[in-house]
Amino acid sequence: MGKIVAVTGNEACAQALKQINPDVCAAYPITPATDLMQRFSSFVNDGKVDTELVLVESEHSAMSACIGAAAAGGRVATATSSQGLALMWEMLYIAAGTRLPIVMPLVNRALSAPLNIHGDHSDGMGARDTGWLQFYSENAQEAYDNLIQAFRIAEHLDVRLPVMVCMDGFIVSHSIERVEYIDDADVKKFVGKFVPVHPLLDLDKPKSYGPLILTDLYHEYKRAQHEVMTKAPRVVLEVAADFEKMTGRKYGLFETYRLEDAEMAIVVMSSAAGTTKDIIDRYRDKGVRIGLLKPRMFRPFPFAEMADALKHVKAIAVLDRADSFGGMGPLYSEVAGAVMQMDSKPAVTNKIFGLGGRDYLPDQAEYVIDELITIAKTGKVKTVKEYIGVRE
Amino acid sequence: MGDMIEIRWHGRGGQGTVTAAKVLADACLSKGGYVQAFPEYGPERAGAPIRAFNRISDHAIRMYGPVLHPKIVSIADATLMDAVNVTEGSPDDCIFLVNTSKDPKEVRLKLKAKDTQKVFAVDATKIALDCFGRPLPNSSILGALCKATGVVKLDVLLENVKKSFGKKFAQKIIDGNIEAAKRGYEEVREG
Repeated sequence: MGKIVAVTGNEACAQALKQINPDVCAAYPITPATDLMQRFSSFVNDGKVDTELVLVESEHSAMSACIGAAAAGGRVATATSSQGLALMWEMLYIAAGTRLPIVMPLVNRALSAPLNIHGDHSDGMGARDTGWLQFYSENAQEAYDNLIQAFRIAEHLDVRLPVMVCMDGFIVSHSIERVEYIDDADVKKFVGKFVPVHPLLDLDKPKSYGPLILTDLYHEYKRAQHEVMTKAPRVVLEVAADFEKMTGRKYGLFETYRLEDAEMAIVVMSSAAGTTKDIIDRYRDKGVRIGLLKPRMFRPFPFAEMADALKHVKAIAVLDRADSFGGMGPLYSEVAGAVMQMDSKPAVTNKIFGLGGRDYLPDQAEYVIDELITIAKTGKVKTVKEYIGVRE
Repeated sequence: MGDMIEIRWHGRGGQGTVTAAKVLADACLSKGGYVQAFPEYGPERAGAPIRAFNRISDHAIRMYGPVLHPKIVSIADATLMDAVNVTEGSPDDCIFLVNTSKDPKEVRLKLKAKDTQKVFAVDATKIALDCFGRPLPNSSILGALCKATGVVKLDVLLENVKKSFGKKFAQKIIDGNIEAAKRGYEEVREG
């Protein structure tokens, strides 16, 4: 058994990176991810890791350097938030399209304007279509565990894709909580030795990265990328099973809480899922059959599995900590896609909450559940998309 | 310790209030509990009113967000009683601990505390000045908190004060903080 510590989410992720000891990290600081990489850079400075830390002048350069290092044949990681991820945008597609298994903690933070340093999922959702796998973590323990599993998933020969591991900025990244660390030797064994695939530095077998592919085969290339994504869930579950053997901590594509016999469900990601579970318990004590589904893997999105898990409920509220202005919340759109695969068609509402770090308080969860009770009774949805926790 | 205990700290930027919440979390963790410690992040200026929070439980803590109904309110600077609403959301069995040279009965009146609420006072800044010559009251407040609330035992706290300060400070400062925590424990008074 590992050591139990009181640490922040950032500290826990820095510890995971230290235990994994990547070959190269290229990074540029941005709140709230700064603290994560700053802690890791101390490990580099103190000789605790062998990593070559490349300090660059922007996040665009950070991701570019990561791409170069990964193509050269290294195990590569970086971390960022918000504007930093936005600045990486074009390089994110190149990392995924080139199938480079880069791993990146994303400390979720709102996007400008107006300038805001606090937690929401706008940054991660903006990178939804880049071809990266995305995992969202409820707490520091999950961020640490997901980060360790991410390397195995990214580097699996059936996947070979970059992975983002998300946690809520400040709410998790800067809160101290109990985390169980895994022993260094166990992490090392679990992650395994890095096996480069088609490394540029293998000079005996020259190869070329970043080709031009026009109308002849681009369409096929992209279909191949989609096919690879469909293989990821099996790998994610295999890795989770091994992880459970090592730690006793169970992970799936998503987590369900008191959902089996539920009439109504809340779908919500990250730290807000924790708060929601506490409120669900209160309603369960009063006999209200409410449950929760917390997506862990957002990309690829487990449509079929989710449809199966929600097939018996009458009403669903999807809580998004991001918005697509003029559209629906990004998580809602996915859940609605899953619902379309069901024979039963539950009523689904969309609540936008917690933007720019607005606290998600118990009364917001209560409001959502109270409304779900009415919807389950009447089958009628008054407002499909609504902002909650708004100061009037 | 049955249910979750929630604590709200009021202090001023630079006073060490956030560190106090962290040391308490470490101390509660080392006796096998689940903990949370986090400040409210705003403009970080020395002297500005800040709040920090702890949750302590025997079971996994899932609730995030600020503590709304603190069982314990610890006020590191008595002038904050005039500046912010330190009693906000306090339940009938709330325990207040104030760093002040004033009599605890006077503090009770100032807070307009209910009869069912407990009020404790400790001259934590004076103790800190006596013990290590700097007006940083967190060690003496933590000692007083041990006595007033029983949330953690004094010897466990002292170990964690040693551990926390040991990383950054000279032996003289560590010893001074240990002494301050002990004196806070001994000198806290209920009113």
